[in-house]
Amino acid sequence: MNPKTGSVGVVAAQLVHFDAPLELRSGGVIPSYDLVYETYGTLNAAKSNAILVCHALSGHHHVAGHYADQPDSLGWWDNIVGPGRPLDTDKFFIVGVNNLGGCHGSTGPSSINPATGKPWGADFPLVAVSDWVRAQARLADHLGIDSWAVVIGGSLGGMQALRWTITYPERIRHALVIAAAPKLSAQNIAFNDVARQAILTDPEFHGGHYYEHDVRPVRGLRLARMLGHITYLSDDQMGEKFGRELRNEGFHYGYGVEFEVESYLRHQGDKFAGYFDANTYLLMTKALDYFDPARHHGGDLAATLKPALARFLVVSFTTDWRFTPARSREIVDALLKNRQDVSYAEINSDFGHDSFLLEDTQYHAVLRAYLDRVKL
Amino acid sequence: MNRKLDRPDFDVIAGWMQPCERVLDLGCGDGALLKFLIETRGVSGCGIDFDDANVLAAIRNGVNVIQSNIDAGLAGFGERAFDHVVLSRTLQTIRHTEKLLTEMLRVGREAVVSFPNFGYWKNRQAVMDGRMPVSEDLPYQWYDTPNLRFFTMLDFEDLCAKMRLHVRERQVLDEKGQMITEEHNFLGSLAVYRLSRAAAT
Repeated sequence: MNPKTGSVGVVAAQLVHFDAPLELRSGGVIPSYDLVYETYGTLNAAKSNAILVCHALSGHHHVAGHYADQPDSLGWWDNIVGPGRPLDTDKFFIVGVNNLGGCHGSTGPSSINPATGKPWGADFPLVAVSDWVRAQARLADHLGIDSWAVVIGGSLGGMQALRWTITYPERIRHALVIAAAPKLSAQNIAFNDVARQAILTDPEFHGGHYYEHDVRPVRGLRLARMLGHITYLSDDQMGEKFGRELRNEGFHYGYGVEFEVESYLRHQGDKFAGYFDANTYLLMTKALDYFDPARHHGGDLAATLKPALARFLVVSFTTDWRFTPARSREIVDALLKNRQDVSYAEINSDFGHDSFLLEDTQYHAVLRAYLDRVKL
Repeated sequence: MNRKLDRPDFDVIAGWMQPCERVLDLGCGDGALLKFLIETRGVSGCGIDFDDANVLAAIRNGVNVIQSNIDAGLAGFGERAFDHVVLSRTLQTIRHTEKLLTEMLRVGREAVVSFPNFGYWKNRQAVMDGRMPVSEDLPYQWYDTPNLRFFTMLDFEDLCAKMRLHVRERQVLDEKGQMITEEHNFLGSLAVYRLSRAAAT
C-alpha cells in the first residue's frame, strides 16, 4: 500500500473557450462555447498517461479533491482518484470535464446566448453523447493529448467511454465502461419521461425560459430527482436503510412526511433542486434516451463496435436494476463476437445503480488491477 | 476454484495448440493456463470464471476474463467463436455435464477436457480401505470438495460415445505428471482429452 494513499487535496477548476462552432447530432450548432475542467496528477512528457473521467446525469468536472476555500467540497468520485488509489495520480494525469449543456460552468442552457444576450433556456440545442465526445476531443487537443490511455465512466459516463471507442478508435487505448448499457430500454425511457414531465408541467418552467422570470421550476426538478433517486437504489438497500421506519410514533393519517423513506427522498429532491438546472436535467435525460450507437448499423452492436481498437473492461453490479448486468453483457458479447479484448466483472453489491460511485473492495480492486497493467 | 500452478496438464494442452488460434478457458482460475498458452504457443483468447478472487487474479495476470457462471451455459458466445474450448480439472465440479460438453463444442471447433481419474489405483485402494480418496489430483476432503461428479476414464469415454463425441487424442498422467502408456484407467491420476464433434455420417 502506498504510504501516501489519499485524496488529491486542494484542486482548482480551469476554463477553456472554443471559438470553432460545434455542429451537433440534432442539426443544431453551438457557435462557441466554454468547457470547465479539472486535472489531477501530471501529464508525462510522452503525453501517454492521460485518463478522461466522463460524468453521468448529474455529475460534473469536479471529480476529486476539494476547493481551497471549501473543505467540504469533495469531488463526486474522490474515493477512486488520488495517490495510491485505483485512478492513481502518481501514474496518471486525470481529467474531469463538465459536459456541454451542463450547469457547472460549461456552456449550457443557463449560459448567455450571444445572439440574444439572454440565457439560452429552451433554445439551447439538444446535445447527444457523440457531441460530448467530440467536444471532449477538442479539450484533448487543447491539452496536447493525442490519445487517452483510458476513458472511464459510470452509467451515462460509461456510454461516453463506449462512444469514444467508436468515434475516435485511434485516440483511446482502454475503455472502462461501468454500470452502463448499449442503449436505454423502454422502461429506462419511461422513467426519464416521467421525470421530464414533472419539470415541463411545473408552472414555473415557462417553456424553459424561467431565468427571465427570475424563478426556477423547483417543484418539478425535485420530483424528477426523487423519481430518479429511487431507480439508483436497490429494493433491498432501501428496505435495509429505511424499512417502514416512521419519523414519529404511530400513523397520522395524513399526507405529511411519516415514513423515513419519504423524508429521505424529499431531502434528496430539495438538495438537488437547490443547485441543479432543470433545462440541463431535461437535456441530459434526452441524451440518455437518444444514445443508441448501433442504430446506424441496423441494431447490430458488434458491427458498430468493429472499428474500436481499445481494450475494454466492462463492470456491472448485481443489484443494478436500472442498467442490469445483462445490459453490460450485451456490450461484452458484441466485443467477444468481434474477437476484441474485453474483461468483464460482475460485482456483488447491495447498492443498486449507485454502486459505481461507492467504495466496494472487489470493485476497486478490479479497477486497480486493470489500471496497474495499463502501459504508458 | 482449483489450484492451477505447476499443473502437468498444461504441457499436454499446450501441445495441442497452434499459434494464432483462439482459446476459451472455462473456469480459468487466476488465468495461469491461458497466460502459459499465450506466452508459449502464441494463442489469443479469454477465460471465464465466476469467483471474485479468480477474476481479480486473472485481471492481475493480464488475461482477459469474463465473470460468468459456466454452469449456466455459454450463451453469448457465438458458434465456433474459438478453436479450442478448454475445461481444465473442472468437469467434475459441473452440474450439467452433458449440456456443458455440448456447449463447448458449439462454441469451439475442439474441446479440451482434463479431469482427475477416479479409477486411479490409489483412489480405488482408498475406497477399498473404507475412505474417500484424497490425492494430488483429488486434494479435497469429502466435506470441502467443490467436486460434484466422481467418474473414471471409462465412464467418461462411455459418455463421449453416447454423445457421439470424437476423441481425437488422449494423454494420461500419474500423480507426478509422468505420461502413462498402459493400463490408463488404473495407473492414470489425471486424464486429458481432445474432443471434437463426430464427423457427420
